[in-house]
Amino acid sequence: MLEEIFRDQWARVFAALVSYTGDVDVAEEAAQEAFAVAAERWARDGVPDNPGAWLVVTGRRRAIDRLRRDRTHAGKLRLLDRAEPGEEVTMDESAVPDERLELFFLCCHPALADEAQVALTLRALGGLSTPEIARAFLVSDETMKRRLSRARDKIRAAGIPFGIPREHLLPARLEAVLSVLYLIFNQGYGDGRADLAAEAVRLARILVGLVPGEPEAAGLLALMLLHDSRRAARVRDGEIVLLHEQDRGLWDVAQIEEGQALLDRALALGARGAYVVQAAIAALQTEERIDWRAVAALYDRLRELTGSAVVELNRAVAVAEVDGPRAALAIVDGLGLDGYRYFHSTRAELLRRLDDTAGARAAYRRALDLATTEAERRFLTRRLGEL
Amino acid sequence: MRYALLINERPGAYDGLTADERAAITAEYVALMRDERMISGERLQPAETATTVRVQGGRTLMTDGPFADTKEIFGGFYVVEADDLDDALELAARVPAARLGGSVEVRPLVER
Repeated sequence: MLEEIFRDQWARVFAALVSYTGDVDVAEEAAQEAFAVAAERWARDGVPDNPGAWLVVTGRRRAIDRLRRDRTHAGKLRLLDRAEPGEEVTMDESAVPDERLELFFLCCHPALADEAQVALTLRALGGLSTPEIARAFLVSDETMKRRLSRARDKIRAAGIPFGIPREHLLPARLEAVLSVLYLIFNQGYGDGRADLAAEAVRLARILVGLVPGEPEAAGLLALMLLHDSRRAARVRDGEIVLLHEQDRGLWDVAQIEEGQALLDRALALGARGAYVVQAAIAALQTEERIDWRAVAALYDRLRELTGSAVVELNRAVAVAEVDGPRAALAIVDGLGLDGYRYFHSTRAELLRRLDDTAGARAAYRRALDLATTEAERRFLTRRLGEL
Repeated sequence: MRYALLINERPGAYDGLTADERAAITAEYVALMRDERMISGERLQPAETATTVRVQGGRTLMTDGPFADTKEIFGGFYVVEADDLDDALELAARVPAARLGGSVEVRPLVER
Protein backbone atom coordinates (compact mmCIF):
# COMPACT_ATOMS: atom_id res chain seq x y z
CA MET A 1 0.00 0.00 0.00
CA LEU A 2 2.73 2.44 1.04
CA GLU A 3 4.75 1.46 -1.99
CA GLU A 4 1.86 2.40 -4.25
CA ILE A 5 1.48 5.81 -2.61
CA PHE A 6 5.22 6.36 -2.92
CA ARG A 7 5.19 5.54 -6.60
CA ASP A 8 2.24 7.84 -7.19
CA GLN A 9 3.75 10.67 -5.20
CA TRP A 10 7.41 10.51 -6.12
CA ALA A 11 7.29 12.61 -9.30
CA ARG A 12 5.11 15.36 -7.78
CA VAL A 13 7.23 15.57 -4.66
CA PHE A 14 10.50 15.53 -6.58
CA ALA A 15 9.21 18.17 -9.03
CA ALA A 16 8.10 20.41 -6.16
CA LEU A 17 11.52 20.08 -4.51
CA VAL A 18 13.42 20.82 -7.73
CA SER A 19 11.27 23.89 -8.13
CA TYR A 20 11.87 24.93 -4.51
CA THR A 21 15.61 24.30 -4.31
CA GLY A 22 16.57 24.91 -7.93
CA ASP A 23 18.93 21.96 -7.73
CA VAL A 24 18.29 18.39 -8.83
CA ASP A 25 20.85 16.84 -6.49
CA VAL A 26 19.58 18.61 -3.39
CA ALA A 27 16.01 17.79 -4.44
CA GLU A 28 16.84 14.13 -4.99
CA GLU A 29 18.44 13.77 -1.59
CA ALA A 30 15.67 15.68 0.18
CA ALA A 31 12.97 13.64 -1.56
CA GLN A 32 14.65 10.39 -0.62
CA GLU A 33 14.93 11.48 2.99
CA ALA A 34 11.29 12.58 3.08
CA PHE A 35 10.17 9.22 1.72
CA ALA A 36 12.36 7.40 4.26
CA VAL A 37 10.83 9.39 7.12
CA ALA A 38 7.36 8.70 5.72
CA ALA A 39 8.00 4.96 5.47
CA GLU A 40 8.83 4.87 9.15
CA ARG A 41 6.21 7.27 10.44
CA TRP A 42 3.26 6.25 8.27
CA ALA A 43 3.71 2.59 9.11
CA ARG A 44 3.38 3.58 12.76
CA ASP A 45 0.89 6.49 12.74
CA GLY A 46 -1.00 5.88 9.51
CA VAL A 47 -0.99 7.81 6.24
CA PRO A 48 -1.78 11.55 6.54
CA ASP A 49 -4.77 13.05 4.71
CA ASN A 50 -2.61 14.73 2.11
CA PRO A 51 0.47 12.50 1.71
CA GLY A 52 1.88 14.54 -1.18
CA ALA A 53 1.89 17.81 0.73
CA TRP A 54 3.29 16.07 3.81
CA LEU A 55 6.17 14.72 1.74
CA VAL A 56 6.84 18.09 0.10
CA VAL A 57 6.91 19.95 3.41
CA THR A 58 9.18 17.32 4.95
CA GLY A 59 11.40 17.38 1.87
CA ARG A 60 11.68 21.17 1.99
CA ARG A 61 12.80 21.06 5.62
CA ARG A 62 15.39 18.43 4.77
CA ALA A 63 16.64 20.49 1.84
CA ILE A 64 17.06 23.56 4.00
CA ASP A 65 18.86 21.56 6.68
CA ARG A 66 21.18 20.23 4.05
CA LEU A 67 21.89 23.66 2.60
CA ARG A 68 22.58 25.07 6.06
CA ARG A 69 25.06 22.28 6.71
CA ASP A 70 26.70 22.96 3.40
CA ARG A 71 26.98 26.72 3.01
CA THR A 72 29.41 26.31 0.15
CA HIS A 73 26.44 25.84 -2.15
CA ALA A 74 26.81 29.45 -3.19
CA GLY A 75 23.94 29.46 -5.62
CA LYS A 76 21.45 28.39 -2.96
CA LEU A 77 21.91 31.38 -0.70
CA ARG A 78 18.77 32.94 -2.11
CA LEU A 79 16.82 30.00 -0.77
CA LEU A 80 18.47 30.29 2.63
CA ASP A 81 17.66 33.99 2.77
CA ARG A 82 14.01 33.05 2.52
CA ALA A 83 14.27 30.64 5.43
CA GLU A 84 16.45 32.05 8.18
CA PRO A 85 17.54 29.74 10.99
CA GLY A 86 14.80 29.15 13.53
CA GLU A 87 12.04 30.06 11.16
CA GLU A 88 9.56 27.28 10.52
CA VAL A 89 8.87 26.40 6.94
CA THR A 90 5.18 26.86 6.53
CA MET A 91 3.01 26.31 3.53
CA ASP A 92 -0.56 25.70 2.65
CA GLU A 93 -0.48 21.94 2.58
CA SER A 94 -3.35 21.66 0.18
CA ALA A 95 -1.68 23.81 -2.44
CA VAL A 96 1.27 21.86 -3.77
CA PRO A 97 1.26 22.79 -7.44
CA ASP A 98 1.70 19.96 -9.92
CA GLU A 99 5.02 20.67 -11.64
CA ARG A 100 5.49 17.32 -13.28
CA LEU A 101 5.23 18.82 -16.76
CA GLU A 102 8.19 21.10 -15.97
CA LEU A 103 10.00 17.98 -14.79
CA PHE A 104 9.28 16.19 -18.07
CA PHE A 105 10.76 19.11 -20.00
CA LEU A 106 13.81 19.17 -17.74
CA CYS A 107 14.54 15.45 -18.02
CA CYS A 108 13.93 15.37 -21.78
CA HIS A 109 15.95 18.47 -22.61
CA PRO A 110 17.71 17.94 -25.96
CA ALA A 111 20.97 19.25 -24.50
CA LEU A 112 21.18 15.93 -22.62
CA ALA A 113 22.22 12.71 -24.36
CA ASP A 114 19.30 10.44 -25.33
CA GLU A 115 20.29 7.73 -22.88
CA ALA A 116 20.58 10.31 -20.11
CA GLN A 117 17.11 11.67 -20.93
CA VAL A 118 15.66 8.17 -20.74
CA ALA A 119 17.37 7.35 -17.45
CA LEU A 120 16.45 10.68 -15.85
CA THR A 121 12.83 10.36 -16.93
CA LEU A 122 12.53 6.88 -15.44
CA ARG A 123 14.16 8.05 -12.22
CA ALA A 124 12.43 11.41 -11.79
CA LEU A 125 9.00 10.83 -13.31
CA GLY A 126 8.74 7.07 -13.00
CA GLY A 127 10.23 6.84 -9.53
CA LEU A 128 12.29 3.80 -10.52
CA SER A 129 15.40 3.18 -8.47
CA THR A 130 18.83 3.36 -10.08
CA PRO A 131 19.31 -0.45 -9.91
CA GLU A 132 15.89 -0.97 -11.51
CA ILE A 133 16.82 1.31 -14.41
CA ALA A 134 20.22 -0.36 -14.71
CA ARG A 135 18.56 -3.77 -14.98
CA ALA A 136 16.12 -2.53 -17.62
CA PHE A 137 18.98 -1.33 -19.80
CA LEU A 138 21.28 -4.26 -19.06
CA VAL A 139 24.07 -2.13 -17.61
CA SER A 140 25.71 -2.28 -14.18
CA ASP A 141 24.35 -0.25 -11.27
CA GLU A 142 27.60 1.68 -11.25
CA THR A 143 27.27 2.64 -14.92
CA MET A 144 23.69 3.81 -14.45
CA LYS A 145 24.62 5.72 -11.30
CA ARG A 146 27.34 7.55 -13.19
CA ARG A 147 25.02 8.25 -16.11
CA LEU A 148 22.42 9.81 -13.83
CA SER A 149 24.95 11.77 -11.87
CA ARG A 150 26.61 13.14 -15.03
CA ALA A 151 23.19 14.18 -16.31
CA ARG A 152 22.39 15.99 -13.05
CA ASP A 153 25.79 17.68 -13.15
CA LYS A 154 25.10 18.96 -16.63
CA ILE A 155 21.66 20.24 -15.65
CA ARG A 156 23.23 22.28 -12.88
CA ALA A 157 26.39 23.44 -14.64
CA ALA A 158 24.83 24.26 -17.99
CA GLY A 159 21.78 25.96 -16.52
CA ILE A 160 19.14 23.72 -18.10
CA PRO A 161 15.94 25.41 -16.98
CA PHE A 162 13.13 23.94 -14.90
CA GLY A 163 10.00 25.35 -16.47
CA ILE A 164 7.66 25.32 -19.43
CA PRO A 165 9.65 26.21 -22.56
CA ARG A 166 8.88 29.46 -24.29
CA GLU A 167 6.03 29.33 -26.79
CA HIS A 168 8.15 29.04 -29.95
CA LEU A 169 10.23 26.21 -28.44
CA LEU A 170 7.27 24.29 -27.12
CA PRO A 171 6.38 22.05 -30.10
CA ALA A 172 9.96 20.80 -30.51
CA ARG A 173 10.36 20.25 -26.77
CA LEU A 174 7.11 18.34 -26.50
CA GLU A 175 8.26 16.23 -29.43
CA ALA A 176 11.47 15.49 -27.49
CA VAL A 177 9.44 14.34 -24.47
CA LEU A 178 7.30 12.08 -26.67
CA SER A 179 10.33 10.53 -28.31
CA VAL A 180 11.84 9.68 -24.90
CA LEU A 181 8.61 7.93 -23.87
CA TYR A 182 8.52 6.11 -27.21
CA LEU A 183 12.13 4.99 -26.70
CA ILE A 184 11.25 3.60 -23.27
CA PHE A 185 8.21 1.84 -24.70
CA ASN A 186 10.18 0.24 -27.52
CA GLN A 187 12.89 -0.90 -25.17
CA GLY A 188 10.20 -2.77 -23.26
CA TYR A 189 8.20 -3.89 -26.26
CA GLY A 190 10.94 -5.11 -28.58
CA ASP A 191 12.80 -7.05 -25.95
CA GLY A 192 9.71 -8.34 -24.24
CA ARG A 193 10.56 -6.47 -21.06
CA ALA A 194 6.96 -5.85 -20.16
CA ASP A 195 7.77 -3.75 -17.11
CA LEU A 196 9.35 -1.01 -19.21
CA ALA A 197 6.49 -0.98 -21.71
CA ALA A 198 4.04 -0.71 -18.84
CA GLU A 199 6.14 2.06 -17.33
CA ALA A 200 6.10 3.94 -20.64
CA VAL A 201 2.31 3.63 -20.75
CA ARG A 202 2.08 4.94 -17.20
CA LEU A 203 4.31 7.92 -18.02
CA ALA A 204 2.41 8.66 -21.23
CA ARG A 205 -0.85 8.61 -19.27
CA ILE A 206 0.59 11.15 -16.83
CA LEU A 207 1.75 13.33 -19.73
CA VAL A 208 -1.59 13.18 -21.53
CA GLY A 209 -3.25 14.11 -18.26
CA LEU A 210 -0.98 17.17 -18.05
CA VAL A 211 -1.46 18.25 -21.68
CA PRO A 212 -4.90 16.87 -22.64
CA GLY A 213 -5.15 19.14 -25.67
CA GLU A 214 -1.94 17.96 -27.33
CA PRO A 215 -2.87 15.75 -30.28
CA GLU A 216 0.47 13.99 -30.77
CA ALA A 217 0.70 13.07 -27.07
CA ALA A 218 -2.72 11.43 -27.27
CA GLY A 219 -1.58 9.72 -30.48
CA LEU A 220 1.48 8.30 -28.77
CA LEU A 221 -0.53 6.93 -25.84
CA ALA A 222 -3.02 5.40 -28.30
CA LEU A 223 -0.15 3.76 -30.16
CA MET A 224 1.30 2.33 -26.95
CA LEU A 225 -2.03 1.00 -25.72
CA LEU A 226 -2.90 -0.61 -29.05
CA HIS A 227 0.48 -2.28 -29.44
CA ASP A 228 0.70 -3.31 -25.82
CA SER A 229 -2.81 -4.80 -25.90
CA ARG A 230 -1.46 -7.74 -27.93
CA ARG A 231 1.49 -8.36 -25.64
CA ALA A 232 0.18 -11.62 -24.13
CA ALA A 233 -0.50 -13.05 -27.59
CA ARG A 234 2.80 -12.13 -29.19
CA VAL A 235 4.80 -14.94 -27.61
CA ARG A 236 3.62 -18.55 -27.16
CA ASP A 237 5.81 -21.24 -25.59
CA GLY A 238 8.79 -18.92 -25.91
CA GLU A 239 8.22 -18.33 -29.61
CA ILE A 240 7.16 -15.22 -31.54
CA VAL A 241 3.61 -15.50 -32.88
CA LEU A 242 2.72 -13.58 -36.03
CA LEU A 243 -0.30 -11.31 -36.02
CA HIS A 244 -2.61 -13.58 -38.03
CA GLU A 245 -1.76 -16.59 -35.87
CA GLN A 246 -2.29 -14.84 -32.55
CA ASP A 247 -4.97 -16.02 -30.12
CA ARG A 248 -7.31 -13.05 -30.05
CA GLY A 249 -8.69 -14.26 -26.76
CA LEU A 250 -5.41 -13.10 -25.23
CA TRP A 251 -5.76 -9.54 -26.50
CA ASP A 252 -6.58 -6.95 -23.87
CA VAL A 253 -9.96 -5.76 -25.14
CA ALA A 254 -10.36 -2.94 -22.63
CA GLN A 255 -6.98 -1.58 -23.61
CA ILE A 256 -7.83 -1.78 -27.31
CA GLU A 257 -11.01 0.18 -26.66
CA GLU A 258 -9.16 2.78 -24.68
CA GLY A 259 -6.50 3.05 -27.40
CA GLN A 260 -9.15 3.37 -30.08
CA ALA A 261 -10.93 6.13 -28.15
CA LEU A 262 -7.65 8.00 -27.68
CA LEU A 263 -6.85 7.58 -31.35
CA ASP A 264 -10.21 9.13 -32.25
CA ARG A 265 -9.52 11.97 -29.86
CA ALA A 266 -6.02 12.53 -31.25
CA LEU A 267 -7.38 12.64 -34.80
CA ALA A 268 -10.16 15.00 -33.75
CA LEU A 269 -7.53 17.26 -32.19
CA GLY A 270 -5.70 17.29 -35.52
CA ALA A 271 -2.88 14.82 -34.89
CA ARG A 272 -1.15 13.94 -38.13
CA GLY A 273 2.29 12.85 -36.92
CA ALA A 274 4.07 9.52 -37.03
CA TYR A 275 2.65 8.25 -33.73
CA VAL A 276 -0.98 8.69 -34.67
CA VAL A 277 -0.42 7.05 -38.07
CA GLN A 278 1.17 4.05 -36.35
CA ALA A 279 -1.70 3.97 -33.86
CA ALA A 280 -4.15 3.93 -36.77
CA ILE A 281 -2.28 1.02 -38.34
CA ALA A 282 -2.32 -0.87 -35.04
CA ALA A 283 -6.05 -0.18 -34.72
CA LEU A 284 -6.72 -1.55 -38.22
CA GLN A 285 -4.75 -4.64 -37.32
CA THR A 286 -7.05 -5.42 -34.42
CA GLU A 287 -10.03 -5.74 -36.80
CA GLU A 288 -11.43 -9.19 -37.57
CA ARG A 289 -10.81 -8.67 -41.29
CA ILE A 290 -7.80 -6.44 -41.80
CA ASP A 291 -8.14 -3.78 -44.48
CA TRP A 292 -4.65 -4.26 -45.94
CA ARG A 293 -5.19 -1.61 -48.60
CA ALA A 294 -5.79 0.95 -45.86
CA VAL A 295 -2.80 -0.37 -43.92
CA ALA A 296 -0.57 0.00 -46.99
CA ALA A 297 -1.83 3.56 -47.54
CA LEU A 298 -1.05 4.46 -43.92
CA TYR A 299 2.46 3.01 -44.23
CA ASP A 300 2.85 5.15 -47.33
CA ARG A 301 1.95 8.20 -45.27
CA LEU A 302 4.31 7.08 -42.51
CA ARG A 303 7.14 6.74 -45.01
CA GLU A 304 6.53 10.32 -46.14
CA LEU A 305 6.76 11.44 -42.51
CA THR A 306 9.80 9.41 -41.52
CA GLY A 307 11.64 8.57 -44.76
CA SER A 308 12.40 5.24 -43.11
CA ALA A 309 13.30 2.10 -45.06
CA VAL A 310 11.96 -0.02 -42.19
CA VAL A 311 8.55 1.58 -42.72
CA GLU A 312 8.79 0.73 -46.40
CA LEU A 313 9.52 -2.87 -45.42
CA ASN A 314 6.33 -2.90 -43.36
CA ARG A 315 4.41 -1.40 -46.26
CA ALA A 316 5.63 -4.28 -48.41
CA VAL A 317 4.04 -6.74 -45.97
CA ALA A 318 0.68 -5.00 -46.48
CA VAL A 319 1.23 -4.83 -50.25
CA ALA A 320 1.79 -8.61 -50.27
CA GLU A 321 -1.75 -9.04 -48.91
CA VAL A 322 -3.23 -6.70 -51.54
CA ASP A 323 -1.18 -7.24 -54.71
CA GLY A 324 0.55 -10.54 -53.93
CA PRO A 325 4.07 -11.56 -52.87
CA ARG A 326 5.78 -10.68 -56.16
CA ALA A 327 4.83 -7.01 -55.95
CA ALA A 328 5.95 -6.98 -52.33
CA LEU A 329 9.28 -8.63 -53.11
CA ALA A 330 10.01 -5.99 -55.73
CA ILE A 331 9.67 -3.33 -53.01
CA VAL A 332 11.71 -5.30 -50.46
CA ASP A 333 14.57 -6.02 -52.85
CA GLY A 334 14.98 -2.31 -53.46
CA LEU A 335 15.72 -1.65 -49.77
CA GLY A 336 19.27 -1.47 -48.45
CA LEU A 337 18.55 -3.19 -45.17
CA ASP A 338 20.98 -6.09 -45.29
CA GLY A 339 21.91 -5.81 -41.60
CA TYR A 340 18.30 -5.81 -40.44
CA ARG A 341 16.87 -9.14 -39.29
CA TYR A 342 13.25 -8.43 -40.26
CA PHE A 343 14.38 -7.57 -43.79
CA HIS A 344 15.55 -11.13 -44.22
CA SER A 345 12.62 -12.79 -42.44
CA THR A 346 10.20 -10.75 -44.57
CA ARG A 347 12.03 -11.69 -47.77
CA ALA A 348 12.08 -15.32 -46.66
CA GLU A 349 8.33 -15.32 -46.14
CA LEU A 350 7.68 -13.74 -49.55
CA LEU A 351 10.06 -16.17 -51.30
CA ARG A 352 8.34 -19.08 -49.56
CA ARG A 353 5.00 -17.92 -50.88
CA LEU A 354 6.53 -17.69 -54.35
CA ASP A 355 7.71 -21.35 -53.98
CA ASP A 356 11.37 -20.30 -54.09
CA THR A 357 12.40 -22.74 -51.35
CA ALA A 358 16.14 -22.33 -51.79
CA GLY A 359 15.86 -18.54 -51.69
CA ALA A 360 13.59 -18.70 -48.66
CA ARG A 361 15.95 -21.03 -46.85
CA ALA A 362 18.95 -18.74 -47.40
CA ALA A 363 16.96 -15.72 -46.24
CA TYR A 364 15.68 -17.47 -43.07
CA ARG A 365 19.25 -18.51 -42.28
CA ARG A 366 20.44 -14.93 -42.63
CA ALA A 367 17.60 -13.73 -40.37
CA LEU A 368 18.54 -16.40 -37.85
CA ASP A 369 22.14 -15.14 -37.81
CA LEU A 370 20.88 -11.67 -36.99
CA ALA A 371 18.16 -12.63 -34.47
CA THR A 372 18.57 -11.07 -31.04
CA THR A 373 16.10 -12.94 -28.86
CA GLU A 374 15.45 -16.60 -28.17
CA ALA A 375 11.78 -16.21 -29.12
CA GLU A 376 12.78 -14.99 -32.58
CA ARG A 377 15.31 -17.77 -33.01
CA ARG A 378 12.72 -20.43 -32.16
CA PHE A 379 10.24 -18.97 -34.60
CA LEU A 380 12.76 -18.77 -37.43
CA THR A 381 14.10 -22.26 -36.77
CA ARG A 382 10.59 -23.70 -37.00
CA ARG A 383 9.84 -21.82 -40.22
CA LEU A 384 13.07 -23.06 -41.69
CA GLY A 385 12.18 -26.62 -40.76
CA GLU A 386 8.75 -26.31 -42.38
CA LEU A 387 10.12 -25.39 -45.80
CA MET B 1 24.32 32.83 -16.10
CA ARG B 2 27.25 33.64 -18.34
CA TYR B 3 27.97 31.48 -21.35
CA ALA B 4 30.62 31.48 -24.05
CA LEU B 5 29.40 30.87 -27.58
CA LEU B 6 32.37 29.38 -29.39
CA ILE B 7 31.98 29.81 -33.11
CA ASN B 8 33.42 27.18 -35.43
CA GLU B 9 33.32 28.02 -39.10
CA ARG B 10 33.43 25.78 -42.12
CA PRO B 11 36.39 26.83 -44.24
CA GLY B 12 35.20 28.33 -47.48
CA ALA B 13 31.71 29.00 -46.11
CA TYR B 14 31.74 32.40 -47.79
CA ASP B 15 33.06 31.19 -51.16
CA GLY B 16 30.71 31.88 -54.00
CA LEU B 17 28.60 34.34 -52.04
CA THR B 18 27.88 37.72 -53.58
CA ALA B 19 29.02 40.92 -51.91
CA ASP B 20 25.41 41.57 -50.87
CA GLU B 21 25.07 38.15 -49.29
CA ARG B 22 28.29 38.66 -47.34
CA ALA B 23 27.11 42.07 -46.21
CA ALA B 24 23.82 40.55 -45.02
CA ILE B 25 25.69 37.95 -42.95
CA THR B 26 27.94 40.64 -41.46
CA ALA B 27 24.82 42.60 -40.57
CA GLU B 28 23.51 39.58 -38.68
CA TYR B 29 26.72 39.41 -36.65
CA VAL B 30 26.47 43.13 -35.93
CA ALA B 31 22.85 42.71 -34.82
CA LEU B 32 23.91 39.93 -32.45
CA MET B 33 26.55 42.20 -30.94
CA ARG B 34 23.82 44.73 -30.20
CA ASP B 35 21.68 42.20 -28.32
CA GLU B 36 21.35 43.27 -24.71
CA ARG B 37 22.50 39.87 -23.50
CA MET B 38 25.87 40.30 -25.20
CA ILE B 39 28.80 41.00 -22.86
CA SER B 40 31.63 40.82 -25.36
CA GLY B 41 32.66 39.17 -28.54
CA GLU B 42 35.68 38.92 -30.78
CA ARG B 43 36.34 37.72 -34.26
CA LEU B 44 39.67 36.02 -34.91
CA GLN B 45 41.95 36.55 -37.91
CA PRO B 46 42.09 33.54 -40.27
CA ALA B 47 43.64 30.30 -38.97
CA GLU B 48 46.68 30.77 -41.22
CA THR B 49 47.77 33.68 -39.03
CA ALA B 50 47.96 31.47 -35.94
CA THR B 51 51.12 30.43 -34.13
CA THR B 52 50.81 27.51 -31.73
CA VAL B 53 53.04 27.39 -28.66
CA ARG B 54 54.01 24.39 -26.54
CA VAL B 55 56.51 24.24 -23.71
CA GLN B 56 58.44 21.00 -23.46
CA GLY B 57 61.32 20.46 -21.03
CA GLY B 58 61.55 24.20 -20.47
CA ARG B 59 61.86 24.94 -24.18
CA THR B 60 59.26 26.94 -26.01
CA LEU B 61 58.32 25.29 -29.28
CA MET B 62 56.41 27.11 -31.95
CA THR B 63 54.54 25.84 -34.95
CA ASP B 64 52.93 27.76 -37.73
CA GLY B 65 49.13 27.47 -37.91
CA PRO B 66 46.38 26.26 -35.59
CA PHE B 67 46.93 23.32 -33.23
CA ALA B 68 45.12 20.78 -35.35
CA ASP B 69 43.71 20.36 -38.79
CA THR B 70 39.96 20.10 -38.35
CA LYS B 71 36.98 20.39 -40.60
CA GLU B 72 35.88 23.45 -38.67
CA ILE B 73 38.03 26.41 -37.71
CA PHE B 74 37.53 28.29 -34.48
CA GLY B 75 36.66 31.73 -35.76
CA GLY B 76 35.52 33.80 -32.80
CA PHE B 77 33.43 33.88 -29.68
CA TYR B 78 30.79 35.74 -27.77
CA VAL B 79 30.35 35.98 -24.04
CA VAL B 80 26.69 36.40 -23.14
CA GLU B 81 24.60 36.82 -20.02
CA ALA B 82 21.56 34.59 -20.49
CA ASP B 83 18.70 33.56 -18.21
CA ASP B 84 19.36 29.88 -18.73
CA LEU B 85 20.59 27.40 -21.30
CA ASP B 86 17.51 27.82 -23.50
CA ASP B 87 18.15 31.53 -23.66
CA ALA B 88 21.80 30.99 -24.60
CA LEU B 89 20.92 28.31 -27.17
CA GLU B 90 18.52 30.72 -28.82
CA LEU B 91 21.33 33.24 -29.32
CA ALA B 92 23.66 30.50 -30.53
CA ALA B 93 21.16 29.43 -33.17
CA ARG B 94 21.16 32.97 -34.54
CA VAL B 95 24.92 32.91 -35.25
CA PRO B 96 25.18 32.64 -39.06
CA ALA B 97 28.11 30.19 -38.92
CA ALA B 98 25.74 27.62 -37.38
CA ARG B 99 23.71 27.37 -40.60
CA LEU B 100 26.69 27.84 -42.94
CA GLY B 101 28.15 24.40 -42.32
CA GLY B 102 29.81 25.36 -39.03
CA SER B 103 28.71 25.03 -35.42
CA VAL B 104 28.44 26.98 -32.22
CA GLU B 105 29.48 25.39 -28.96
CA VAL B 106 27.67 26.76 -25.93
CA ARG B 107 29.69 26.51 -22.71
CA PRO B 108 28.78 27.90 -19.32
CA LEU B 109 31.53 30.00 -17.74
CA VAL B 110 32.89 29.20 -14.30
CA GLU B 111 31.28 31.72 -11.96
CA ARG B 112 33.77 33.26 -9.57
